[in-house]
Amino acid sequence: MCASVLYPVLRYLVPPDIPEAQTSRTVACREGELKANEGKIFAFGGRAALVIRGEDGEYKALSATCTHLNCTVQYRGDLKQIWCACHNGFYDLSGHNVSGPPPRPLEAYQVNVVNGDVVVSKS
Amino acid sequence: MTAPAWLAEAGRWLEERVGLSQFVELGRHKQVPLHKHSVWYYMGGMTLFLFGIQVATGILLLLYYRPSEGEAFESVQFLMARVPFGWLIRSIHSWSANLLVFVLFLHMFSAFFLKAFRKPRELTWLTGVALMALMMGFGFSGYLLPWNTLAFFATQVGTEVAGRVPMVGEFALRLLRGGDQVTGGTLTRFYGIHVAILPALTTVILGVHLMLVQKHGMSVPPKIEAESERTGEPLRSHAFLPNFLIRDAIGWCAALGVLAGLAAVFPWELGVKADPFASAPAGIRPEWYFGWMFQSLKMLPPHILGFEGEVLGILAISAAGLVWFAVPFLDRSPKPGNRVSLAFVASGWLALVYMAVTTAMVYWPVKG
Repeated sequence: MCASVLYPVLRYLVPPDIPEAQTSRTVACREGELKANEGKIFAFGGRAALVIRGEDGEYKALSATCTHLNCTVQYRGDLKQIWCACHNGFYDLSGHNVSGPPPRPLEAYQVNVVNGDVVVSKS
Repeated sequence: MTAPAWLAEAGRWLEERVGLSQFVELGRHKQVPLHKHSVWYYMGGMTLFLFGIQVATGILLLLYYRPSEGEAFESVQFLMARVPFGWLIRSIHSWSANLLVFVLFLHMFSAFFLKAFRKPRELTWLTGVALMALMMGFGFSGYLLPWNTLAFFATQVGTEVAGRVPMVGEFALRLLRGGDQVTGGTLTRFYGIHVAILPALTTVILGVHLMLVQKHGMSVPPKIEAESERTGEPLRSHAFLPNFLIRDAIGWCAALGVLAGLAAVFPWELGVKADPFASAPAGIRPEWYFGWMFQSLKMLPPHILGFEGEVLGILAISAAGLVWFAVPFLDRSPKPGNRVSLAFVASGWLALVYMAVTTAMVYWPVKG
């Protein structure tokens, strides 16, 4: 009897698994929007992503979710690294974890400039 | 001075129906031991007093607060800027929450070091530790309610920590967040937890805790007991009513004064509205009482013996919590001179020093 009462309650407490709309391509910003050595957070599907314009003018895009404990990272132009303020984790411009507690690299995305838009896509 | 006739008559009427004099008599007969550590007996009453402040100010905040992503921040902003004394009510709620946790820590560590958990008070300890967990839960869930940036990322990290616990992590994460991400759904869920689930659990466990304290009376430290047995001198004590209660009430008045002062001089800030698509700001940190866990997870390397550092850290913190909970069953001979018992005291001091140092590191980070 306990199980027949508890089971529906437990199932009720955990929300249904609603699959996110699969976004594989989005516009991160306009081509001239970012100066060299600048980064910007943008929404990629339901998650935060980071586009960076390096000093050479090249664009890079990565997941902005820190692999340590899920904080949103930012680009530090002064250090030319990606930084997570929550636990002081650092990644290089390719998303590799270089210091601090993050255990894995950030997921990297493809970037193309199409008709003046910086388009980010998952490979 | 005698009471007016109508008041005396009302008292008689109430006495016939409720029998309040029984409780007064009980309070007069209840004795509180007097010795050099007696000051720690006041911490429990102080915690209860601050909890009362939390309930009262929390109910007042409910009148204006709106628990949704679109309205939570604005409703608190309105409360602080437009509602008469709204800033004061919210500041007292926030400051007393912090003072409550501080006094609760004093209460718990004093009970630990004075071995108040020993037979027959094991259940008093267990309910006390459960109450501490509930108060931390109040702090964690309440922190998100203003829906500001700090709260958003603190919840993101805190729920992710729960999510990394092996086996049950994924279930716990979805249960807490109400989905995969921290969203308005999480806010609504935390509101329900903060104002309904936790208060209900606290009422039951606090009731049991107080009943057990009443049943067993105050614990006397083993050293004081042994000293009394050795000298043959009986332990000194005084009546709970009025002697102890008057001293307790003086402490409560002082706490109210401190709270009013803190709230007036340092009103609790609201911060910036949460933006799920913004980076975590520099200087982000949780409430001070989660600081030692936050700093521990920050200091761990990415990998330890092939395992992810934070997973091992979370497991170690969980194991420490379990050991703390089970102290009455591990420290089974808490008598003066017992080696195991002394090792527990030393471990307690080590834990306290570790927590103090790592918490200080959150506020004054080591450069380099």
